Amino acid sequence: MKFTGMTMAAALVAAGAAGAEEVHVYNWSDYIDEELLTKFEEETGIDLIYDVFDSNEILETKLLAGGSGYDVVVPSGTFLSRQIQAGAFQKLDKSKLPNIENMWDAIEERTEKYDPGNEYSVNYMWGSTGIGVNINKVKEVLGDDAPVNSLALLFDPANMEKLASCGVHMLDAPTEVIPAALTYLGEESDAQDYETIEKVEPVLTAIAPYVLKFHSSEYINALANGDICVAFGWSGDILQARDRAAEADNGVEIEYHIPKEGALMWFDQMAIPVDAPNTDAAHKFINFIMDANNAAAASNYVYYANGNMASQALLNEDVIGDTAIYPDEETVNNLYTTTTWDPKVNRNVTRLWTKIKSGT
Amino acid sequence: MNFRRLFLILTPYTWLLVFFLVPFAIVFKIALSDYAISIPPYTPQLDLSAGWEGVKSFFGELDFENFTFLASDALYYSAYLSSLKIAAIATLITLLVGYPVAYGMAQSSDEWRPTLMMLVILPFWTSFLIRVYAWIGILSNEGFLNQALMGIGLIDSPLTILNTNIAVYVGIVYTYLPFMVLPIYSALEKLDGSLIEAAEDLGCSRAQAFWLVTIPLSKPGIIAGCFLVFIPALGEFVIPSLLGGSSTLMIGKVLFEEFFSNRDWPVASAVAVVLLLILIIPIILFQRNEQKQREAGL
Repeated sequence: MKFTGMTMAAALVAAGAAGAEEVHVYNWSDYIDEELLTKFEEETGIDLIYDVFDSNEILETKLLAGGSGYDVVVPSGTFLSRQIQAGAFQKLDKSKLPNIENMWDAIEERTEKYDPGNEYSVNYMWGSTGIGVNINKVKEVLGDDAPVNSLALLFDPANMEKLASCGVHMLDAPTEVIPAALTYLGEESDAQDYETIEKVEPVLTAIAPYVLKFHSSEYINALANGDICVAFGWSGDILQARDRAAEADNGVEIEYHIPKEGALMWFDQMAIPVDAPNTDAAHKFINFIMDANNAAAASNYVYYANGNMASQALLNEDVIGDTAIYPDEETVNNLYTTTTWDPKVNRNVTRLWTKIKSGT
Repeated sequence: MNFRRLFLILTPYTWLLVFFLVPFAIVFKIALSDYAISIPPYTPQLDLSAGWEGVKSFFGELDFENFTFLASDALYYSAYLSSLKIAAIATLITLLVGYPVAYGMAQSSDEWRPTLMMLVILPFWTSFLIRVYAWIGILSNEGFLNQALMGIGLIDSPLTILNTNIAVYVGIVYTYLPFMVLPIYSALEKLDGSLIEAAEDLGCSRAQAFWLVTIPLSKPGIIAGCFLVFIPALGEFVIPSLLGGSSTLMIGKVLFEEFFSNRDWPVASAVAVVLLLILIIPIILFQRNEQKQREAGL
């Protein structure tokens, strides 16, 4: 009897939900000011179902399986270009995106490399991949002249051996770590042939035993809590860790450094899957994010630079004025971008990555 | 009567066909295809609009290349082997922990049994993922276990358990323990107590009676429990990826890498097919053997 009542209630809830318009957004974890989500629902009356991932690979697998059910997804540039090639996205209807005039041409020029003509995507955030350090602990271990702004901190086993005592995390993403290791070796960071890429093996094998964990999101908390002293990670994540540590007032002081040898510049792009259930609402969401106020609110919260020119006037001073987020021109010129490896090279790289991590 | 019999025979076979053979055929077909940048990410696709020619060219493009690839890289071999080892050891530990629990339950008075049964099933009311996650909090360097051990002065510095194979064993044994306890309990519960008395009357000590009567009679429960633990443990992905370290090599993780990092569905499917064969062949052999023994016994 009770059971029937519950089933009926569930059916009613389902019927109620089916009546309202929904939009499903799939974005990176820790990547938005949640107040914006409520604001979008209030402004448009559309139910926003917001879901998060922490690796491009998960997103890509869902997209390539088809029928992901998402209306807006946020892949990074290199992944985006392969997904466009696979036919995973639909072209944006720019007439539904009046706020597109807010976008920053300097960023749009760079994203053309992945999405020619920017037909399928608009920029959400961009940043660099660099070094986060718990500066006091690192100095304790390596001395006051610790090379915190150099890739040698990570790739010289002599440094890593000592740093292992206070904990090092590294992104579990060969697409991020291998270009950095290539740069350290003085090779082309965007090398496409496996013979060149393979040169990173001895470097990474030598330091892997000193890496506590290869993971792409845990380092935010680990850095902030003081569990680790070095993380090779994404700029905004490390700055979020810096912020959380400052809020907790736990004596942990985090710094972010763009390595002087150069660093990867990446772009996370909003795009609409080809089989999105609600294309109209998807455009509304993208347009909402491109509003100068909303883009500024997002950047002020997550400490990543956005591709929105109009939002720059509205950014907090600790965002727009921080060269770790909006680097000066000289640093930007030292940033490099990468392109996607072809499937054969990619398979070899994944194999190499497993070998580096597990020793097999 | 005849119709009813036919229905009874058909039901399990239809079940097997729909939920096992058809999915297996689909996975096997993907294992024979090649990687492609498309949706879905493999080729060839069956194109029925081209008629018979389409079907012919579809089958013409399938090959066993992915299986030869698996044989050429030691990674897969060692991952299968290490999964077998981890699953076997974990099953043994689960049996050693689970048997006394089941025995105790079967020995308890009738009024207690439903409560004890409830206690075994109770953990299922919490999500599996949350229970595995809880072990991170227990086993980590700053976790309860290390804090407690250091508190009572047993160790000076924290033991590294999390991100090692020990944590994987703990996770598997903990998670699958009820699957071992329940079948053994149900075998022991049916055990006729007078058989033990008879054995003791005939001069067996209690330990001998346990070894010569109780254990053999609970064998079906032990076997069922071992299968229920060993099979899922072999392909386990969540436990090694949450509790294990980067050096924990298990086939579930390799499958995940193939599927997500390489986006190579054909190779991932080939890995899955081989995993299934590794499981099914020994099970069939085992059942044959059992049947022979039963027939010989008659």
